[in-house]
Amino acid sequence: MKASRKLRRISAFDIIVTVISLVLVILVLYPLVLVVSSSVSDPVAVAAGEVVLLPKGFTLDGYLRVFQDKNIMLGYANTIFYTVVGTMINLAVTVPAGYVMTKSEVPGVKVIMMLFLFTMYFSGGLIPTFLLVNSLGLYNTRWVLLILGAFSVYNCIICRSFFSGLPKELEEAAFIDGSSYIGTFFKVVLPLSKALLGVMVLYFAVGHWNSYFSAMIYTYDNEIQPLQLFLRRILIEEQTSAEMMAGSGDEYAAQQQYVAALIKYAVIVVSSLPLMIIYPFLQKYFEKGVMIGSVKG
Amino acid sequence: MEEMSITKTNIKQPRTQSLASRIWKYRQLYLLLLPALIYVLIFSYGPMYGIQIAFKNYKGALGIWRSHWVGFKHFIDFFTGFYFWDLLRNTLVLSMYNLLMSFPIPIIVALILNETGPKFKKTAQTILYAPHFISMVVLCGMIVTMFSKESGVVNTLLEMLGMERVYFMGEPGAFRHLYVWSGVWQGMGWNAIIYIAALSAVDPSLHEAASIDGATRMQRIIHINIPTIMPTIVITLIMAVGRIASVGYEKAYLLQTNLNVEVSEIISTYVYKRGIVDANYSFSTAVGLFNNIINIILLLTANKISEKISETSLF
Repeated sequence: MKASRKLRRISAFDIIVTVISLVLVILVLYPLVLVVSSSVSDPVAVAAGEVVLLPKGFTLDGYLRVFQDKNIMLGYANTIFYTVVGTMINLAVTVPAGYVMTKSEVPGVKVIMMLFLFTMYFSGGLIPTFLLVNSLGLYNTRWVLLILGAFSVYNCIICRSFFSGLPKELEEAAFIDGSSYIGTFFKVVLPLSKALLGVMVLYFAVGHWNSYFSAMIYTYDNEIQPLQLFLRRILIEEQTSAEMMAGSGDEYAAQQQYVAALIKYAVIVVSSLPLMIIYPFLQKYFEKGVMIGSVKG
Repeated sequence: MEEMSITKTNIKQPRTQSLASRIWKYRQLYLLLLPALIYVLIFSYGPMYGIQIAFKNYKGALGIWRSHWVGFKHFIDFFTGFYFWDLLRNTLVLSMYNLLMSFPIPIIVALILNETGPKFKKTAQTILYAPHFISMVVLCGMIVTMFSKESGVVNTLLEMLGMERVYFMGEPGAFRHLYVWSGVWQGMGWNAIIYIAALSAVDPSLHEAASIDGATRMQRIIHINIPTIMPTIVITLIMAVGRIASVGYEKAYLLQTNLNVEVSEIISTYVYKRGIVDANYSFSTAVGLFNNIINIILLLTANKISEKISETSLF
């Protein structure tokens, strides 16, 4: 089979398929390349829309400004905090729950599973959640961004599917040796679950790194806000207002637009780079993870 | 009969332990489950208690429980309100358009990539995943800058082609296309994973037999690959239909400007503005509840239809 594949002539079908794939790859890459090119280009050329693919001129001024900006660095530090601590809380709450969900002989587990599943389809909604957060005294605290979403039913189901695919013999052997349930979970089950943990870390960490809506609703204090909120101010709000000002022909606005353009692209790169570097290394894990998740529970 | 009674006692044997002692036996497992259970009770079911304010006139000083009942007043206000039909249309049009494009494209991407060589396929996949890891804020920031009237690359290209520069972000006609196609760009690689995985389960002997019978590769895709991934397609479709009314408000909100609000205002952005921004809690809770109920109806309907047609269902 393999030998015959190698010997097979390249057909028109192969060419068409490869060309379509290449077009898709280029369509995906182009905006990313453009952002990186713009981030190191002469801001005057960027503001005039002259950067179409490769950089025009060269400057690292945008990056310097980003790294000197107190707010951006504060947001960056906050985001790292939320991502690291938040992901640890996510794992501690979600993964053990997924394990227990495989033990249908435990009284109440099936009912609790129904309780969990129901929340995937019906929720209290934005306002009741907002009122609850307020009444618990979590509003405008770091806690709200760590606790809200600490447990994910969807990811819990992925964990359950993964754990129920593990061989039962090892666990049973551990029980016979007198190991406790918690001991077995940590010493026998988790060491076999590195692929699952990799996927969970990726899912949760990406979620924390990229989220802005909770922070927008539940916090107003700059000191505790994550990077995405600062990004929103720089990328979305500034742009619209700068564009409106530029329309009125104000020189100050044009000047401001150069600086804004410089910072904008650099900050996109700086904020997205960590995930862009990490994900290719985790590719085989999350591909597996999506497969586990697709198994109907 | 005797046999039956024997098996019955056999089954009953381990159950002679009382429920309490069985619960005690599994106490460590309950401990592992406890944080998740507490979370769900407080943060998922807690807000459900608050839904009652949709039928009340919520006053902060009175709290949820002691605020006065007003029945369906807020729902009637919403249904008869000035914005109702616009909101409903905007929500449904945006999500249907989104579903129509975002759903089939990853399937096509998967089918195409599946036909390429293993090395090429892996590299292409890695690149196609990249946009998935970009945050919504950055994605919308990229849209805003690329489609900017003064400095956006799209307008530069339009001008090169001899066309007028367009202020896309202020153009109501552009909003839905920007929303949907940026979503396709971001999700087509990631959402193809599930189908690529399903395709790897295709039995190679089927393909061999088909090629011996003279089937072309296109025919093999249509008659072998697509039927194999059909159950995956159906389940994903049901899930997607169930989310129709909760179309990504985070993105709609970010792409919204004063000039495109007539098409970009959807139910969920309306809930956010009336609720959080205007502090109109009872009214927007009612609107949110209405949205959630539409979602459930759509999900159940899609599930029923699929049960009938393809015998695949969620529950």
